[in-house]
Amino acid sequence: MPIEILMPALSPTMEEGTLSKWLISEGDIVSSGDVLAEIETDKATMEIEAVEEGKLAKILIPEGTEGVMVNAPIAILLEDDEDDSVLTNYKSGSALTPPNSQEAKQSKSETVAPLTTPEKVQENNGDRIKVSPLAKRLAAEAGLDLTTVSGTGPQGRIVKADIVKAKLSGPATTEEPSGLVREPRERQALDTREVGMPLGGGADYLTKLGVEPGSYDLLPMNNIQKVVAKRLLDSHINVPDFPLVVDCEIDKLLAMRKELNGQTPEGIRISVNDMLIRACALALKHVPEANASYTPDGIAIHKNADVAVAVAIEGGLITPIVRQAQNKGLSTISAEMDDLIIRAKDRKLKPLEFQGGTFSMSNLGMMGIREFGSIINEPHGMILSVGAGTPRAVVKDGALAVATLMTVSLTCDHRVVDGALGAKWLQHFKRYVEQPITMML
Amino acid sequence: MTSQKFDVVVIGSGPGGYVTAIRAAQLGYKTAIIEKEALGGVCLNWGCIPTKALLRSAEVYTQMQHAANYGLTAQTGFDLSAIVKRSRDIAAQMSKGISFLMKKHKITVVEGFATLTPGKPAPRVHVSNVTYEAKHVILASGARARTIPQAGLAPDGKYIWTAKEAMIPEDLPGKLLVIGSGAIGMEFASFYDAFGTDVTVVEMVDRILPAEDAEVSAFAQKAFKKRGMKILTGTQVKSVKPGATNIAAVLKSSTGEVSETFDRIILAIGIVGNVENMGLETLGVKIDRNHIDVDNYSFTGVPGLYAIGDVTTPPWLAHKASHEGIICIEKIAGLNPHPLDANAIPGCTYCHPQIASVGYTEAEAKSAGHDIRVGKFPFIGNGKAVALGEADGLIKTVFDKKTGELLGAHMIGAEVTELIQGYTIARQLETTEAELIETVFPHPTLSEMMHEAVLAAYDRALHI
Ligand SMILES: Cc1cc2nc3c(=O)[nH]c(=O)nc-3n(C[C@H](O)[C@H](O)[C@H](O)COP(=O)(O)OP(=O)(O)OC[C@H]3O[C@@H](n4cnc5c(N)ncnc54)[C@H](O)[C@@H]3O)c2cc1C
Repeated sequence: MPIEILMPALSPTMEEGTLSKWLISEGDIVSSGDVLAEIETDKATMEIEAVEEGKLAKILIPEGTEGVMVNAPIAILLEDDEDDSVLTNYKSGSALTPPNSQEAKQSKSETVAPLTTPEKVQENNGDRIKVSPLAKRLAAEAGLDLTTVSGTGPQGRIVKADIVKAKLSGPATTEEPSGLVREPRERQALDTREVGMPLGGGADYLTKLGVEPGSYDLLPMNNIQKVVAKRLLDSHINVPDFPLVVDCEIDKLLAMRKELNGQTPEGIRISVNDMLIRACALALKHVPEANASYTPDGIAIHKNADVAVAVAIEGGLITPIVRQAQNKGLSTISAEMDDLIIRAKDRKLKPLEFQGGTFSMSNLGMMGIREFGSIINEPHGMILSVGAGTPRAVVKDGALAVATLMTVSLTCDHRVVDGALGAKWLQHFKRYVEQPITMML
Repeated sequence: MTSQKFDVVVIGSGPGGYVTAIRAAQLGYKTAIIEKEALGGVCLNWGCIPTKALLRSAEVYTQMQHAANYGLTAQTGFDLSAIVKRSRDIAAQMSKGISFLMKKHKITVVEGFATLTPGKPAPRVHVSNVTYEAKHVILASGARARTIPQAGLAPDGKYIWTAKEAMIPEDLPGKLLVIGSGAIGMEFASFYDAFGTDVTVVEMVDRILPAEDAEVSAFAQKAFKKRGMKILTGTQVKSVKPGATNIAAVLKSSTGEVSETFDRIILAIGIVGNVENMGLETLGVKIDRNHIDVDNYSFTGVPGLYAIGDVTTPPWLAHKASHEGIICIEKIAGLNPHPLDANAIPGCTYCHPQIASVGYTEAEAKSAGHDIRVGKFPFIGNGKAVALGEADGLIKTVFDKKTGELLGAHMIGAEVTELIQGYTIARQLETTEAELIETVFPHPTLSEMMHEAVLAAYDRALHI
């Protein structure tokens, strides 16, 4: 059988490379260890050595070819007892389609071409969670949020054992080796009977960074903290964001609030926040293109303004959602927020009440913060950061005057909301806030 | 003395060893396999395959005898030596196939008996005066029939057979005693009964096929009795006494002892691992009652030495041996295989009627603390079964009441050994009753009964 020489991987992550030079020609006899060719990537140049012996019958990829896929056949070797005639009907895989990496026998190390581990941490592509029906049912019964469970089944599928483990150990770990390629691991001594255990992770994390062990207390993270950490990091890495800042005069809004609260039925007290939620919702309705989410398949334009509001709770942050806020009046929004906040603090929210949404708002005004920026809460296209309303000097009709100003920063995902669109949205928001009567229409 | 170097050396070429060698080669390891007898091990040469060939002859013969049921006429008859020859030819053909596979994967095949001595990073392997050094040594030396020589229960070259001798009879015994009613015992009982031998099966515990669901055992017992077999449960063979033309066996049960004479006795009382004379003791391998102790990934505890298949823990089945070997070598290669879940391994017995099962029996599910739902469907309610003239059988499912997990499935009847894989996949994918109920089964097939047995567990069976 003719032996295919395959394009080797110089590094675990290499996908393609350049075949820069052949060091032997067709017809040459090679023996194991002979250098056959040089290949290079943007990072390194390396020689391919023969592992098998025989005659180099055919070069499939000429010198200087760029973009040769790893594991693509690059030449054919014939064994001693074979002659060229076997090549006439020989069909080799295309250089453009990578064959199964496990068939790669032509690698420099005498063991194995790098192999991807079959277990990958759950990749949240397109929000589809891979989970077995049984695991799904068990998770629902246990009230477990599947996004917090890491799957150990094929392709990171969540299986029964993962739910059982998550239930036993409380918060799920995501310490499983990710999609990274692992070096073959040899098992040697008795203590390696523990093979199969996840490799230890963060214990000496700080030590490595030069912080003395014992100089700090290590608090375990709860589920929410883990989810928030992961989602924020993902967002920070994935989303190309930018801020837009504007000052809004809120004297009229404060006056209207006072008036409204004098007239609302028992128990309802409209807050500035409630009014800002409505202003956001109306602005989103007015500028629907800004009510958007980036997806790999296209830009989603949401039909409703589902406004997520950041609420600080003990040990973390949660964002309950006022759904279809564009259709809700101030007293409805106010009553809904009161209820959501109380239940959020008791950790009684249902997943539906804090997952999803189309836009977020975070208000640190009550803490005296003048202005700040936020990290996009994916899949939202924008997040509004609201600062404190304070009396400031302004110039009105050429004269110095005092007005209550509130600075807001709008952080936008540039993939869906560009500067002009963000500014347009802010104009409408500012108008609703500064002329709150329009909010009542 | 010469020495050769490999990445992986596999000892034994049964379904454990040869499959592991192929997977090792696929993973890029330079691999050798050592075999003292024929390639393919017990399974191909003296187990699974030749017995299935014999049982096929029995099945066709039985069908011929019932030709009139199908409106056919057939002249029936058989030639035992031709039946045995067919079985041997098939075994030889399969063994040759393994030899081809070894060549295809560039695996070095070494003939001879392997012994081991301490070494690093793995024990050294010796065959004759050649030493094989490897980074990883995988022992797949298999097992052989258990015998009890003290009680006279060992092959005597005359009256007493193990499976191996029972597979190559020169003539048909008139009266046969089968000791042990596990899969191997029942398959031989079924084979000899089909050709007219007067068969008695003795079983120590209170039912035949003790590993199966109690209901399936009872169903099988009834079916075998109907065929004319004598089944003695709760009975032990105390001693045997060979005579001039036959052998007497003392059968002891709660009602007392009786002596009965037989032409032949088949020992099917289990297996013992091949752990002797290889130097395992010197290496410090842990051996528990003739089987090697290993961890989830077949590691023996001795650096570089792994053991798989029949020489390790039960179930002692060919597919278990293969799967275990694949997991072992993939783990060595740094992949991340899942350990084998013994409960996910299906078991099949190819007697008539066939028996197949996977997962928990009803009793096991209960004792594991599950609140269960059980569904049953009889073959008589299935159009295809009736059309085939095989209306005797039962399919049974066991679900967890709360979660809908398919805990086990148990089948007896025609072709169930080919059906069980449907439930095995369902279990592996962790489908619940909901997905199984939604699945469309083709009509008319025996597989529809698998659907009905699920529906039955939820009081929704359609055809009964
Ligand atoms: C009659 C019968 C019917 C069966 N039917 C079925 C069935 O239908 N389905 C099923 O799943 N299972 C069946 N089995 C069981 C099945 O055969 C075994 O589970 C299977 O063969 C185990 O595979 P293995 O690789 O572990 O060992 P084996 O198949 O036993 O192979 C071990 C090999 O190692 C060799 N060996 C041992 N020691 C050495 C040494 N020191 N050096 C070199 N070589 C050595 C032996 O010669 C042998 O060839 C049956 C068994 C019998 C006896």
